[in-house]
Amino acid sequence: MLLAILSGFLLATVAPAVHRQTGMNSGWVLAILPAALFLYFLSFLPAVGSGESIVISYPWVPGLDIQLSFLVDGLSLLFALLISGIGFFIVAYAGRYLEGHKDLGRFYVLILSFMASMLGLVLSDNLISLFVFWELTSITSYLLIGFNHEDATARRSALQGLFVTVGGGLALLTGLVMMAVVTGSYELSEILSSGDALRDHGWYVAIVLLVLLGCFTKSAQVPFHFWLPRAMAAPTPVSAYLHSATMVKAGVYLMARLNPSLGATDLWLILLGVFGALTMFTGVFMSIRSTGVKQVLAYSTVMALGTLTMLIGVGTDTAIMAAMAFLLAHSLYKGALFLIAGILDHEAGCKDFLQTGGLRHALPITATFAAIAALSLGGVIPMFGFVAKELLFEAVLEAPSLSGLLSLLTVASAILVVAVAAVVGIKPYWGPRVETPKTPHHEAPPAMLAGPAVLASLGLLFGVGVAMVDRGLLSAAAGAVYGSPVETYLSLWHGFNLPLMLSLLSLVLGLTIYFNWDRFRTATGFMDDLKRFGPERAYDKSMDGLVSISEWQTRVLQNGYLRYYLLTILLSTVALVTFSIARAGGLEIQMSLAGVRIQELAIVAVLLLAALVSVTTSSRLGAVASLGAVGFSVALIYVLFSAADVGITQVLVETLTVIMLVLVLFRLPGFLGLTPQALRIRDAVVALAFGVMVALLSLAASSTRFADSISEYFIRESEPSGFGRNIVNVILVDFRALDTLGEIVVLALAAVGVYAMIKLRAEDNRK
Amino acid sequence: MTRELNIQSLILRSASQLLLPLLLMFSIFLLLRGHDEPGGGFIAGLVAASAIALHMFAQDIHQAKRVLYADPRDLVGWGLVFGVISGVPAIFKGQAFFTSQWLEFTMPILGKIKVGTPLIFDIGVYLVVVGSVLLILLTLAEAED
Repeated sequence: MLLAILSGFLLATVAPAVHRQTGMNSGWVLAILPAALFLYFLSFLPAVGSGESIVISYPWVPGLDIQLSFLVDGLSLLFALLISGIGFFIVAYAGRYLEGHKDLGRFYVLILSFMASMLGLVLSDNLISLFVFWELTSITSYLLIGFNHEDATARRSALQGLFVTVGGGLALLTGLVMMAVVTGSYELSEILSSGDALRDHGWYVAIVLLVLLGCFTKSAQVPFHFWLPRAMAAPTPVSAYLHSATMVKAGVYLMARLNPSLGATDLWLILLGVFGALTMFTGVFMSIRSTGVKQVLAYSTVMALGTLTMLIGVGTDTAIMAAMAFLLAHSLYKGALFLIAGILDHEAGCKDFLQTGGLRHALPITATFAAIAALSLGGVIPMFGFVAKELLFEAVLEAPSLSGLLSLLTVASAILVVAVAAVVGIKPYWGPRVETPKTPHHEAPPAMLAGPAVLASLGLLFGVGVAMVDRGLLSAAAGAVYGSPVETYLSLWHGFNLPLMLSLLSLVLGLTIYFNWDRFRTATGFMDDLKRFGPERAYDKSMDGLVSISEWQTRVLQNGYLRYYLLTILLSTVALVTFSIARAGGLEIQMSLAGVRIQELAIVAVLLLAALVSVTTSSRLGAVASLGAVGFSVALIYVLFSAADVGITQVLVETLTVIMLVLVLFRLPGFLGLTPQALRIRDAVVALAFGVMVALLSLAASSTRFADSISEYFIRESEPSGFGRNIVNVILVDFRALDTLGEIVVLALAAVGVYAMIKLRAEDNRK
Repeated sequence: MTRELNIQSLILRSASQLLLPLLLMFSIFLLLRGHDEPGGGFIAGLVAASAIALHMFAQDIHQAKRVLYADPRDLVGWGLVFGVISGVPAIFKGQAFFTSQWLEFTMPILGKIKVGTPLIFDIGVYLVVVGSVLLILLTLAEAED
């Protein structure tokens, strides 16, 4: 299992090399992996279909109770099959679609890494690994949207998608950790069997809000839907895969996954129901208002995501079954339609539906499969989309509450969906031939037709033979979401009932809208004005705000003046330490001057005098020299207390410090007392405060003992286990060798830092 | 450069010619005996660096670099390498990283000799200290106004 998930990452590392070796067939070669994974996951179907859920666990960070554990049940298996199955067609398709693109090798790296992350996300049983894979999909999505990184729009869109999803991800992480704290486990399988533990806890509302924030941003729910149409800047295979069939459904996946633990409350129903329904309607409305091929499809994806969210919110067994059926139907037809959009662009250069028409003679196969996929999108009998839509109507009509609102929005959306389906299925291929930017000379190559053909045909096959999917996979998936086995089964024909009437109504009205498409768009033109108040404006504003805040804080904190840095560091240290001491109830200091020898007193006198001279002298060299005197006096104290090694080190370091200071001072201009009196007093106060604090801390440290001193151990063990009589050295190179290694690394970095600073500045000056 | 770094003192120049080898030998002595008597890689490294710094002031930068022979940046790198590999042998014995390994044997004239991974580690410390200090000193001394 671990290998199955990581294999995508492993193959990604060698993908560019494979691409160089196999050239134009690289798509087919690399597609072997998703195909193999699909078969591997298919082998779980018999067990999972009979209601089993399988947990596979590997230790990862045992100390923190983080395991790499994977959960295979109906829900995760459905997703895993979609991801690997569609992944196969996408990789094969991309090989031809991006043929000759200079970065095709890099594309494979990203798309395979994405596939692996997405598989990890849906199969993870551990919340932490789920979150890591969740973020990995955001990052690979960012890189894929910005694949054409020389285009400013693509970069902007990529960043927007990243900020929105990763911002939500932060909320999600908080929510997941809170869930783990409440239930006492990071394992999904244990959380899901914790009953009402989450629902009855005081944190329930906070957890739901945080988790949903993560899911809504990822799955482009209103008001975060705006990033998804922008993400269409990505190459079409990416849009088909990430922004339609898989990644955007991650939010839906998580809501479905947590439904047994978080769902079935009024809060859940209202949040998911209302936001889902609004997203559904907004999506389809924006879709029919758009004319760009990928924009229409992107907004209709927003519609689908809204529908799924709403159905999970409704939460009845019919609704959950409808959600699973709709999920499968949508992945099949939307994957096909996106790939067909890529063919339109690739063969005829069409990026806008208004530029298309009458292409059925030039692209007969494409036209056929576009029609089949569009029929499924429109929910026409006998497609699988029809089965899903009938169940959707049934679910909202029977919803425990909000039924009126949800039904109204669902019917309105269904009408518009039919119009959208007509636009994507009829407009480009029928009617008079419209002059396209490129004249298609031939049908698309097999690698590009395979995906749309198989995905669209499956939509038909599952519709006619609905029993193929329902008893095994879909009812297992619905059972996992519902929390107990579901009794609803799918069927193509429900008899003459209300849902069928609504279907017919939406078909008629939808086609009417399609034939008056231009008029409809003009009539609703006023909606464009609303964009100024839309959430994208809010996003832009907050981005501008973020930039100005960081500019401001950089100006204030990173001002380039050493004196202010020092001031900030010293003052914050004093403030924080004083605060901690005050909270701990003050310091305990025991001090006695008994037993102080005369030579010690003499050294202290020299120390004090030297320190005084260093702050009052008006010569730099004088200050350096007296600081040196302070250092040598300290070395003497070490020697008096028989720490010879430390004393020697102090002397040597003191010497070298003076040499370095001299080398620096050597270059400074003459010393001038320009600082005003007030500033000098301020500096004196800060310095005194810091000095007093350090002095008090040292005194307190030497009079407080939490545990027995470790020195005894070192003195005792130095010779037998360290093979050395010099205890200081034995500690440095043996007992505490790892610390010393850290210290010499710091020393090396400091030297390199000084070197870089001076050399680079010299090079700048030379220019 | 308008001002010269080196000090035009005949006594210092002549003395540094004599002092340099003595100080370098002393630093090696400190390094090797460090495990039992005052000394060790850190102190020895500081002594060696001071010796070369003295040479730099008494003669000039080029002389100092010639005496050092290696690029100080390389010394830093090698020092870190020594530091890390000294921890490795313990792994092969199934012990924790950095567990010290010692060999003890008797040689004619020199008597009992013990060699162990802490010595390799100390050599690493020595190289890093010499390299870092001299990298900073030489860079500062060479910097243009």
